[in-house]
Amino acid sequence: MKQFIAVLTVIATIVVVWYAACIPMNIKAVLTAQERAGAEVQPPSVKDRRDMGEVGLALNNRFAIPATWEQDRPRLPAPHQVAIELWETTVEKKITSKRSLIYHGWVTLSATMLGFVIGTGLGILLAVGIVHSRVMDLSVMPWAIVSQTIPIIALAPMIIVVLYSVGVQGIIPKAIISAYLSFFPVVVGMVKGLRSPDVMQLDLLRTYSASRSQGFWKLRLPASMPYLFTSLKIGVAASLVGAIVGELPTGAVAGLGARLLAGSYYGQTVQIWSALFAAAILAACLVGLLGVIERMVLRRMGMAQ
Amino acid sequence: MTTEHTTRPVIEARQLDLTFQTNDGPIHALKDVNLTIDKGDFVSFIGPSGCGKTTFLRCIAALETPTGGTLTVNGMTPDEARRRRAYGYVFQAAGLYPWRTIAKNIKLPLEIMGYSTAEQDERVNKVLELVDLQGFGAKFPWQLSGGMQQRASIARALAFDAEILLMDEPFGALDEIVRDHLNEQLLALWARTEKTIGFVTHSIPEAVYLSTRIVVMSPRPGRITDVIDSPLPRERPLDIRDTPEFIEVAHRVREGLRAGHGDAV
Repeated sequence: MKQFIAVLTVIATIVVVWYAACIPMNIKAVLTAQERAGAEVQPPSVKDRRDMGEVGLALNNRFAIPATWEQDRPRLPAPHQVAIELWETTVEKKITSKRSLIYHGWVTLSATMLGFVIGTGLGILLAVGIVHSRVMDLSVMPWAIVSQTIPIIALAPMIIVVLYSVGVQGIIPKAIISAYLSFFPVVVGMVKGLRSPDVMQLDLLRTYSASRSQGFWKLRLPASMPYLFTSLKIGVAASLVGAIVGELPTGAVAGLGARLLAGSYYGQTVQIWSALFAAAILAACLVGLLGVIERMVLRRMGMAQ
Repeated sequence: MTTEHTTRPVIEARQLDLTFQTNDGPIHALKDVNLTIDKGDFVSFIGPSGCGKTTFLRCIAALETPTGGTLTVNGMTPDEARRRRAYGYVFQAAGLYPWRTIAKNIKLPLEIMGYSTAEQDERVNKVLELVDLQGFGAKFPWQLSGGMQQRASIARALAFDAEILLMDEPFGALDEIVRDHLNEQLLALWARTEKTIGFVTHSIPEAVYLSTRIVVMSPRPGRITDVIDSPLPRERPLDIRDTPEFIEVAHRVREGLRAGHGDAV
């Protein structure tokens, strides 16, 4: 109950701050519209209004405040506008509709999942190599780190162009960008996890004359599981970002990224915000799902109490 | 003497030397160690930290490689002996895998060594009974107390029937009462299985209570300062610790430790 109140308090605070922020953000446009509709606005001169601060304007024209939460194309849409848009484009639209966020979300999700699977597989393979081979440790790890210092937004168009020139398009380029972002946390986490058994555990296996592969399957891999799941949670969120970024430079017609792009072309801020929230909710669901799988796996292994 | 194969010692060290190269220069961990351990002996190694008692045990287990002298286990090099599964090793911490039940933990060496499933089950039951943990096979390590976990790790070391049991301060992390109990159980186990046991400890009463021979060591460089053959009978109830013989042996161990320390300072 206490936690519930704490969570509600945080949400309520965010909503209140958000509504408050809508007032100065949207007041100028609202006043212009109101004046055109015949309302008396203080100060009456457009020039004076332009030089005045937004907060002062709002205080002078308190009657206009509710309208800052109801505009068609506000600079900052109010929470309920985003919520209504989300409701209309998910529940009320058929999922086959080009305006359904479920449809766009699915397009992005499929690229995310493919990229996540590729990235995770690659990450685990690299980690196994790094742990078992000093050469790989010295040669691969620096590149893995360097790869993450390049802004993905700069790299994504090039990946798409290069792949297009060899005839690959559609979901694959997005998945590769997505994998590019998600393999890194998996590499780092798995290297740490596979190295987590202490000297004593390794000595114990030596006293059995265990082979390296036995050491891997019986000790290193199971010991790395908690680390793997932590990395997977970071990795899946990065995957989603990668898939969205992969949709931006192509002018893709479908996907949450396309929705963001279209929204910004036409000044549809409500659409942008609802696409942002859809992405956030999707990421939260993916991370939550991984959390459930983690608990199930660790409980089955006897590691969760 | 060396050609007398019938009474060949289980472990024999001759002028054993081990120097570690570290960043702070070489560390002489073992110097001129000579020791013979016969079959069925219970040998304790006692001394302050840094005296090389654990290092010597690790040499026997081929976890360290001596830089000089000879060391044979069952007449073989330690490496060969390990491959022939000559010994089971018990570490200071139980080191059970948290994702395996007690039974599965005990099966770990058996799986690695390729025993059949039927034989694995049979052996697990046998050693669980030896360490008095019947009925705990299906439990996970976190469901057991520290003492029970350490017993399970002893069971794991016994599972593949090695002749030698090497124990590196196995009860060091446990409290006095549990330790007394485990010492008693260990003696009973030793009597039943007739293993040769090498036991590292820093507790004088523990060493004297358990051992047929006590090897007193001292540091810098790590070496043997005294080897005491215990006059105590093999059958030892806990209250033997109040007898004059026991106190006399303990006194000699303490003297040995003090002497070793004296000329090191």
